[in-house]
Amino acid sequence: MSWSSRLRRPTRGRLVAGAVTLVILAGLVVWAALPDRVGWTQRDQMITVMSGPQRNESVALDTRLYLPRDRDRDGKVPAVLLAHGFGGTKLSVSDDAESLAERGYAVLTYTAQGFGRSGGQIHLDSPDYEVRDAQGLLDWLATRPEIQTDAAGDPRVGVVGGSYGGALALMLAGQDQRVDAIVPSITWNDLTNVFLPQSADTSATGVFKKGWAGVFFGNGGAPASLDGGGEAPPPVPTGNPACGRFAADVCAAYLDVATTGQPDRSTIDLLRRSSPAATLGQIKAPTLLIQGAVDTLFPLSEGDANARGIAAAGTPVRVAWFTGGHDGGAGPQTDQDRVKFLTLQWLDHYVKGDGGTPSDSFTYSRVAGFSATDRGLVTNGYSDDTYPGLNGTGSTRLELQGPAQPIANPPNGNPGAISSLPGTGGRLSQLLSGVAADIPGQFAAFETGAVSTPINVVGSPTVRLRAASPTGEATLFVKLYDVDQSGAETLSAGLVAPVRLTGLPASIDQAREQTVRLPAIVRRIESGHTVRVVVATTDQAFLSPVQPATYTVQVSSALELPTVVGTPIANPQTIWRYVLGGLLALIVVGLAVVLLVRRRGLRRQQTPTDPEYAETPLVVRGLRKAYADGFVAVEEISFTVERGQVVGLLGPNGAGKTTTLRVLMGLTMPTEGEAMVFGHRLVPGSPVLSRVGALVEGPGFLPHLTGEENLRAYWKATGRPWEDARFDEALAIAGLGDSIHRRTKKYSHGMRQRLAIAQAMLGLPELLVLDEPTDGLDPPQIAEMRRVLKRYATDGRAVLVSSHLLAEVEQTCTHAVVVNKGRIVASGPVEDIVGDSPSVQLEVSDVPAAERVLSELGVRSVLPDGPSGLIVDMNGTPRSEVVASLVRAGVDVDRVVPRRRLEDAFLALVGESTAGSGDR
Amino acid sequence: MSVQTEAGAVGYRPSRTMPLWAEVRRQASRRRTQLALGFMALLPLIILVAFEFGGGEDDEGGGAFDSLVELATSGGLNFALFCLAVSAGFLLVVVVALFCGDTVASEASWGSLRYLLAIPVPRVRLLAVKLIVALGYSALALLTMTVTALIAGTLRYGWHPLGSTVAAEIAPGPGLLRLFAIVGYLAVSMLVVAGLAFLLGVLTDAPLGAVGGAVMLWILSSILDQITALGDLRYLLPTHFADAWQGLLSTPAQSDDLVKGAISAVAYATLCWGIAFWRFTRKDVTS
Repeated sequence: MSWSSRLRRPTRGRLVAGAVTLVILAGLVVWAALPDRVGWTQRDQMITVMSGPQRNESVALDTRLYLPRDRDRDGKVPAVLLAHGFGGTKLSVSDDAESLAERGYAVLTYTAQGFGRSGGQIHLDSPDYEVRDAQGLLDWLATRPEIQTDAAGDPRVGVVGGSYGGALALMLAGQDQRVDAIVPSITWNDLTNVFLPQSADTSATGVFKKGWAGVFFGNGGAPASLDGGGEAPPPVPTGNPACGRFAADVCAAYLDVATTGQPDRSTIDLLRRSSPAATLGQIKAPTLLIQGAVDTLFPLSEGDANARGIAAAGTPVRVAWFTGGHDGGAGPQTDQDRVKFLTLQWLDHYVKGDGGTPSDSFTYSRVAGFSATDRGLVTNGYSDDTYPGLNGTGSTRLELQGPAQPIANPPNGNPGAISSLPGTGGRLSQLLSGVAADIPGQFAAFETGAVSTPINVVGSPTVRLRAASPTGEATLFVKLYDVDQSGAETLSAGLVAPVRLTGLPASIDQAREQTVRLPAIVRRIESGHTVRVVVATTDQAFLSPVQPATYTVQVSSALELPTVVGTPIANPQTIWRYVLGGLLALIVVGLAVVLLVRRRGLRRQQTPTDPEYAETPLVVRGLRKAYADGFVAVEEISFTVERGQVVGLLGPNGAGKTTTLRVLMGLTMPTEGEAMVFGHRLVPGSPVLSRVGALVEGPGFLPHLTGEENLRAYWKATGRPWEDARFDEALAIAGLGDSIHRRTKKYSHGMRQRLAIAQAMLGLPELLVLDEPTDGLDPPQIAEMRRVLKRYATDGRAVLVSSHLLAEVEQTCTHAVVVNKGRIVASGPVEDIVGDSPSVQLEVSDVPAAERVLSELGVRSVLPDGPSGLIVDMNGTPRSEVVASLVRAGVDVDRVVPRRRLEDAFLALVGESTAGSGDR
Repeated sequence: MSVQTEAGAVGYRPSRTMPLWAEVRRQASRRRTQLALGFMALLPLIILVAFEFGGGEDDEGGGAFDSLVELATSGGLNFALFCLAVSAGFLLVVVVALFCGDTVASEASWGSLRYLLAIPVPRVRLLAVKLIVALGYSALALLTMTVTALIAGTLRYGWHPLGSTVAAEIAPGPGLLRLFAIVGYLAVSMLVVAGLAFLLGVLTDAPLGAVGGAVMLWILSSILDQITALGDLRYLLPTHFADAWQGLLSTPAQSDDLVKGAISAVAYATLCWGIAFWRFTRKDVTS
């Protein structure tokens, strides 16, 4: 590699590096900003279907059909009917629709009747209305030329939906055998159980879930849907402001149950009709059931009932739980990914016909903690071979302790305990921090001892409860808290078990034990924690009795916790560990390669490049240094320093002296030419530099160390034996006396300069390079320095001194090299250069007369020098004759100064540009 | 190594120049090293004293900070964790930037760099020794603070399980391991700062510029990381995973972000150091 190419590289490299950085940045921005080219088209249209029990009520549905651009199989693709949740529109499922369309499905999304721009009223997934509408859409799909069909009028179609749409999927599959597969998620099995849950094994009507019912009803009652965007909703058809877009029977049912909490027969019939429970046995479409563990509206038990109902008919059913739901939202990314994967796998196999049969393994996830980076929850996924239901694959029994306790039911259930916040949605954090708050006097607590080993609860825990009530009835809420060592209690997912007991005795002694099935949860109870079962009289999410009363409750000691030991699902993030390992390995290998290459390079440096000069301290040949900005500091300099010589590098400021010395120290790379020290070509870090001592561009010391410490630190850095340093000799040269023990930051310029010279002389290097060594010294010190340098060059050592002072070089050096503007003007032994020059400087009284006389004498040239001065090239004429001739001609001679070559050369160049030639 | 030495002076060997220990002492003699290390040892004591005196006044507070303080005073492990948490965001960054950014730049500004290079200390060796020693001092600073906090906290608040607001308590034994895992992750994530500061220190002769520049870049990256609109681009920010150590507080420990953070830190540091070495071995040393 030549030096010239090495010099230009930084600039070119910088350019390249800058350009690459710019390109990468620009690429990232473009990549982030550019929309992907979508692989599908979409078409909005109103489709009119015949609805109602008699199929005679026409309803216009607002639909959107996504068609993949890429359609094989004769241009036909399977379809997915995608239904939205309660209160949504076709737009609320657009993300899912797009991702399905991207996977090669024609996706039909639509706004259910009673919502958005669709006509009709909300019939709450009635088999006569909403389900009929969906059947009409299946008819429509079968007529589309792009849609694959199984038979005439029978499209190849899967039905996917969450919540309201999930129940529709179940009920449509139960009512219409054309459906090929369904993926219902977070939906209900029986609305009477949902809105009137009863956790005890009794036939008494449950407790009205007023919080969620209100949210539900409020959503449908509002004429304008939030999801509708800017679309204008059709005018509300009914005149009853209490009902909004609800159908009259649905509205009446709500008003009935919400008022008393005790539904009448017709209300129960309506709720049952709007539930998949009745038609589960007719479902033949393979079903993937997804249920959320953070869902106080449709808890895991609803999904469990659906799973059992469908499985009983022999239809393939697979169950997946995720950490989310109506309270928990879509859940952590890992859960979303898992659910999406399972959905696509299911549809691909059962609708599209791709891929193997999905296993019927059960997957679920458990909260593991917070993600530190985005504050979201982190869950770990687990799987089990078969769906265990809510009773787990095993169970752990804990002993609860606590006496029978009286608890008060406040009038109207106010104040009420808080367990969840229906309708706020997506507040997963409440899982860990907990919103649960019990009101003193209204609850009884029963607690286990500390758990000795962690328990992986998956399913519904059960307790046995006895209660007494003066009114014969009691509405109670049973909760299970996980209590840590510090006493902080957590109500898993905010789930409570509402219980309404009738026919109770007034005294607890006569009370009968009843089994209470607590909500299904997924939770790990750590060792050292305790479990607390709380029986409370109120909960703000539920309607409790108006009349105040005091009950007595007792939970018997047995607490059954169902457990599942799942197999952890491999975390796709694990791949990053291999990436990290690979990266580290790559770095190690890269480092090893670089070190090997370098070591080989080092070995080459050791051999003399030119044995001919092995005994010559310094040879500089054709040195040139041009900087990146085009400034040429050294044009061409060649000289030699032999053993025993003290060579002066003389030149004005900016002549290129320092640049030359920097190259000699390996600090700067020359553009062309080379410098050789004892036959070794100099490159940065050449080992031969250890035979050179240097002072370049002033001293450089650690200001907080004393002079002596500085010299010691310097010698330590050389790694050479201490006895080679000749420390005392160097100290003597510095001549700092006691100041050597002071910190160098307190030194004067001269003191620092002397210390620096001493540092350069440490180890008595064979070649000493000093840049302006007398700078800052006073005259006696300068004289001393001269003696030191002259003495130094004996014993075969050599010294190179740079200076801009003529006298300096003249008195110190044996040889001189005069440079200006980067070129050598003169060089040779000082006596040769300093010796008499053929010219003389005269100062005369009459310049014109003198010029006349001199021209007659036959001198070579006469140049005026100031008002009365002349510089005369004598051309061999003796000085005495010149003076005699002038005097004879009547010209007074004031001064005759013989000039010397060095001065000639020096002044000539200084005269050319007194302003100097820039800082070199 | 069999490199023969006849090219150099008697006793000179490139591999023996600039011994690690010499550089350690060179840096140890500096006031800024002593101050930085001293402050790291003092900080936990200052916090401890502040907790002692600050207790009575804020009865009406009861905010998030109060619960943090309550947690911090619940045991030696938690106190050490608190000290780490409050210093991870800025103080550690400054200290690491100081050790790594200043080491080459200050030699350049004193003019002693050229004399080291003229010894000659091979440029790669000079940089490597400086980097190793700077990293060593950074680690020492981190450990000094942790150990002081651990000792002071344990003496004052006792030896109790490691608690956190996000997860279950961790018994003292495993808790100590977790704490040192956190220290380890912080050390790894600080490699980014070390890389940036060291690179700037090589590019400039101004020590302040190198230290300040690295801290500024770190802050800039933290600000950009707050802008969620940047989406996935934020994963490329060197500070994106700076808080991932909190994952070590949950049970089981969340290590995914730690791994990504380590990848990010190691990659950035390697890139910066690579550029620093590449540049330093080619540049003209003009200071």
